[in-house]
Amino acid sequence: MPFIPHTQADVDAMLERIGAASIDDLFDEIPAELRNIDLDELPDGLSEMAVTRLMRERAARDGGALNFIGAGAYEHHVPAAVWEITTRGEFYSAYTPYQAEASQGTLQLIYEYQTMICGLTGMDVANASLYDGASGLAEAVLMAVRANRKSKSGRVLVADSLNPVYRQVTQGITANQGIRLESLGYDAASGITEMPEHGEDEDITAVVIPQPNFFGCLEAVDALTDWAHARGALVIAVVNPTALALIKPPGEWGSGDNAGADIVCGEGQPLGVPLASGGPYFGFMCCSSKHVRQMPGRIVGRTVDLDGQPGYTLTLQPREQHIRRSKATSNICTNQGLLVTAATLYMSLLGPTGLQEVAQACLSNTRSLADALTDIPGVKRVFDAPVFHEICLSLPQPAGPVLAALAERGIAGGYAMCRAYPDRSDHEVLVCATETRTADDIDLFARELADILERTGSSSAVA
Amino acid sequence: MAEKLIFEYGVPGRRATAQSPAYGAPAATPPELPAELRRSTPLGLPEVSELDVVRHYTRLSQKNFSIDTNFYPLGSCTMKYNPRACNTLALQPGFAGRHPLAPAAFSQGFLACMYELQDILKEVTGMQAVSLTPMAGAQGEFAGVAMIKAYHDARGDTERNEILVPDAAHGTNPATAVMCGCAVREIPTDADGDVDLEALKQAVGPQTAGIMLTNPSTLGVFEQDILEIARTVHEAGGLLYYDGANLNAILGKVKPGEMGFDVIHMNLHKTFSTPHGGGGPGSGAVGVSERLKPFLPIPVVGRSDAGYRWLDEADLPQSIGRLSAFMGNAGVLLRAYVYARMLGREGMTRVAEFSTLNSNYLMKRLQAAGFELAYPQRRASHEFIVTLKKEKQAFGLTATDLAKRLLDYGFHAPTVYFPLLVPECLLIEPTETESRETLDAFVDAMVAIRDEAEKDMDYVHGAPYSTPVRRLDEVRAAKQLDLRWQPDDNAA
Repeated sequence: MPFIPHTQADVDAMLERIGAASIDDLFDEIPAELRNIDLDELPDGLSEMAVTRLMRERAARDGGALNFIGAGAYEHHVPAAVWEITTRGEFYSAYTPYQAEASQGTLQLIYEYQTMICGLTGMDVANASLYDGASGLAEAVLMAVRANRKSKSGRVLVADSLNPVYRQVTQGITANQGIRLESLGYDAASGITEMPEHGEDEDITAVVIPQPNFFGCLEAVDALTDWAHARGALVIAVVNPTALALIKPPGEWGSGDNAGADIVCGEGQPLGVPLASGGPYFGFMCCSSKHVRQMPGRIVGRTVDLDGQPGYTLTLQPREQHIRRSKATSNICTNQGLLVTAATLYMSLLGPTGLQEVAQACLSNTRSLADALTDIPGVKRVFDAPVFHEICLSLPQPAGPVLAALAERGIAGGYAMCRAYPDRSDHEVLVCATETRTADDIDLFARELADILERTGSSSAVA
Repeated sequence: MAEKLIFEYGVPGRRATAQSPAYGAPAATPPELPAELRRSTPLGLPEVSELDVVRHYTRLSQKNFSIDTNFYPLGSCTMKYNPRACNTLALQPGFAGRHPLAPAAFSQGFLACMYELQDILKEVTGMQAVSLTPMAGAQGEFAGVAMIKAYHDARGDTERNEILVPDAAHGTNPATAVMCGCAVREIPTDADGDVDLEALKQAVGPQTAGIMLTNPSTLGVFEQDILEIARTVHEAGGLLYYDGANLNAILGKVKPGEMGFDVIHMNLHKTFSTPHGGGGPGSGAVGVSERLKPFLPIPVVGRSDAGYRWLDEADLPQSIGRLSAFMGNAGVLLRAYVYARMLGREGMTRVAEFSTLNSNYLMKRLQAAGFELAYPQRRASHEFIVTLKKEKQAFGLTATDLAKRLLDYGFHAPTVYFPLLVPECLLIEPTETESRETLDAFVDAMVAIRDEAEKDMDYVHGAPYSTPVRRLDEVRAAKQLDLRWQPDDNAA
């Protein structure tokens, strides 16, 4: 009986105390016809040794690809200390800090995390995390609708250059709330959002601006922010946290008294969380002070105890579902505490200089990758706006078979753009090189790609 | 002793050099970004050494209660032992390094685990299909209610906009119904802790989309009339949603599918023992009956002769869609899979049996020691409720006081003031992984605290004394918002 400590003597003594003849008697309030189930389809239990062998074999089947895919999840070096400390039982096996006095470790860590995320984004306040970047945007949109009381339209303009899955998730989660997501087109040459044509008198609730966008391109965020604010719309920034080490933080977007995004969210995975098939990651969220009471999720504040000593506690709880029930800001309860622990360790270990160096390395490796690949005949850049650590390239052949051929050679060679944008050419591929890719990795990718294109190109030249 | 903030350890220019990608690498001149896009302000991160970081966060960890250090009978949260093997095996490089969009060729090991986990969850819940993507219980609830709505809409039955929720329900239930665009109607509870059947029969009608039920309920008792509830709701045209918060009580013993539920979510971080992590990650996999299959959230793992693959929009065109950027909390699912394989068929049944044994034992012992039960006429499920109504009247001992004093005895407090129906309540869930000795020690502490309170209530009211901080001023926390450290704070 794995993980159950009882001896038969324990069971007998306990049943005697209860006054029951058997364990089955404890279920006697359940209708008899429900109690006779079969579990024939379940396998027998495995010892730790046996399950270790099984899982080693499975993990070994998946390892080893040289990765050039980004598209929303980025391979970064994670310092060994991050997960060594994060998986200490005291962090790993605690829960939401409902009893603050017994949870000061987690609470102080979240307070430090909130401080770091505010620093990176240039915003006033941060919450203790949401599930991931995509669902975080859905929460940001719902929050904007609550916060922008002057706007009645529920119209939210979303840049088409935003990761399309983020739009789908946001659409799905907000669908029943009277919110309309409308498109903001992008310029076909530059790859960044065009200045929209809506008049200044139109009622727009919020505008969603990604930085960098899904194509890797850096948007003209100042002009878009001013444009949105001139129409009374709130600005929701969706940002990559690594990029923020080098690029202007959303708290400074735009000009004048009104400068700065109003709500900022994004995928926290690049901050010390392994790729791990897509999760668990975490979504970060910040806002300006005036909107804090509309923010969803847990928030930690510093206060004092009975002796006047500083301490930390969950605060502003009347926003939340366990108090307000059907009138809560969100149904979110459990969030991504363990990942926030990892991110806080990561940001502390990298520090300002380390994170800048990581971002610089991403920038220069992606430049090198683009140079190496566009040296191959027929491979071209699709957009001309500056990029951060991802770039969209056009191949002389459909991307699908080329990526499959690269996979056979152990290279995860990018993401076929038409999977996310069915209207775009199936020759386009999104490639990424973070600080983890070396010059040799990039050379190898370029050589293999050139070879594949040459072989398949000559065999299909007639077609 | 107070631990400084990580920022307060900072010294300009100090860093963890080994973590620099530039260290030991040839100096490259990175490309310049256009001036208007560049950052000119500091990042606000601490400037500390690697040892500073390791020591600081190790010390912080020591300020936590956790399952690994303390008995943690937090009702409705299933704080059972999280086997270490689950974590170690999920973090193997092959799994941790796999990009979520990696080609199927680099994914067969992971997908095999997910496919088998879907099958295991189908079998233990008695449902017909499972989607693993919801990232926490609340998101599983959202998916469930969204599927119920999609089902009615697909049949042109568009007036069904009301979700019934027992008044004892977890707060996420009504919050979720509202997020799905539904109205909420609360159903009262009868004296035995069951849903008031007469009130339910009055409430159902052509507006009923469905009912959200936890069974056993948040009152720690099994809904005795569940089959009648199912019949009533189904006859009115509504569907039944099972909140899996308390699945641990019946795992391997009763299948929600056989109770008549159309959709369920499972909290894998409770029932399948994945880590609670200081507040997540959770995982809220959903299971459905045959008629809700087309609406499952995507992606789902399928199998063909060519191997395992993702089923997406093309395979499930009526799906309620995606809930996450990729496929949810994959690493949590791997941990749950390892746990399920270690338990196997027999181990799964033991979960319900021994969590219920521990709960009933603890309940009877506390009752014998003079504590009042909220439902003394009932069996406990995997949890039960003690009310301090009497003690509060007699000498002012509240649930908060007792909870705080328990910390001094080395026990994490039970859930307090939930469910809202029972005054001064403690919702106590011991789980199956605790030994009889631990339960006995908890009873001793409860009795000792009550004795202390009788003699010197002020002393108990001042608890805790042994924790890193004493009772915190929560009013001040909410009024004088201090939500991040600022460099000027040091001057103060």
